[in-house]
Amino acid sequence: MIQIETNKTPKCELEIKKQWCKGCNLCVAACPRSVLALDLLGKIKVVEAEKCIACGLCESTCPDFAIRVIKNA
Amino acid sequence: MSFDVMDYFRQETLPHIWCPGCGNGIILRDFAVALERLNYPRDEVVIVSGIGCSSRAAGYLNFDTVHTTHGRALPFATGIKLANPNLKVFVIMGDGDSSAIGGNHLIHAARRNIDLTAIIFNNNIYGMTGGQFSPLTPRDKKATTAPYGMIEQSFDICRLAEGAGATYVGRATTYHNQLLTQLIIDGAQNPGFSLIEAVTHCPTSYGRRNGMASPSDMVRWQKDNAVWIDKVRAGKAEVKDGQFTIGLLHRHEAPEFTQAYMEVIKRARGQE
Repeated sequence: MIQIETNKTPKCELEIKKQWCKGCNLCVAACPRSVLALDLLGKIKVVEAEKCIACGLCESTCPDFAIRVIKNA
Repeated sequence: MSFDVMDYFRQETLPHIWCPGCGNGIILRDFAVALERLNYPRDEVVIVSGIGCSSRAAGYLNFDTVHTTHGRALPFATGIKLANPNLKVFVIMGDGDSSAIGGNHLIHAARRNIDLTAIIFNNNIYGMTGGQFSPLTPRDKKATTAPYGMIEQSFDICRLAEGAGATYVGRATTYHNQLLTQLIIDGAQNPGFSLIEAVTHCPTSYGRRNGMASPSDMVRWQKDNAVWIDKVRAGKAEVKDGQFTIGLLHRHEAPEFTQAYMEVIKRARGQE
């Protein structure tokens, strides 16, 4: 079963599927506000959630569909 | 974004087999977004693919899909389209698949102007078999079969398709993924042969040998070397050596093959 990790940020919820992350670093490079980083195992994690502007670049650049940005209504 | 791209995938097949940082996943996502916006009934969409890394994409999409033999995706798609012209047929091919072994099928599908939408994942290399050069490997770039650099000229597959008679030709990259989605949507709506070249990156087989080992370096390369065709036409930018144009490169109108074929059937049956 896929575990989905939900991270609340001011403008959205970041849903991360760690099991699907291959650690390619594309989302970290794409994020304009340095919200994301790779952890010790090379998987994606949210480090500065409060900086997120919900631009959706991480979601559209992730080749492994491991991130989903659900904007606040 | 309330839309979940997962609705379009066979989730039990995921995560996909592509290498870390492979651009094929990004194109697959853009394709799913395009299908969401096109909003065709699911049982009217057929996705045909050939052989190679890119062609695995068909297996992940939850539609009627056909994974065919190497280079022969277009002939299979032609048959499907002719058997039932109401279907929306998309063809997923790689650069080796479409330009080398399936090169003839590509030019003849374009010449016939049959209503297919071909999406070519151009990663400049045969990734699955270990990094041999393909007809789209640029000159001087290294591959396992060109350890001193490629000495042949590469194809410009968009100009090839345009010359062969395709009515809609566009190019985008994995960096310009909104453009890619838009091109796929417009290409699907174009009545005739549409070819969309999606420039993607293969960090494992291509980037590693050509000084771009990390996926983000390769995406940056796309960002720096893609020139918008609108700017070139307006004289605001020029295409330097090694750069390529992106955007809607060519469009014209021509009679569509399946319609012409149906008319022949009517005439032969004396219904006209």
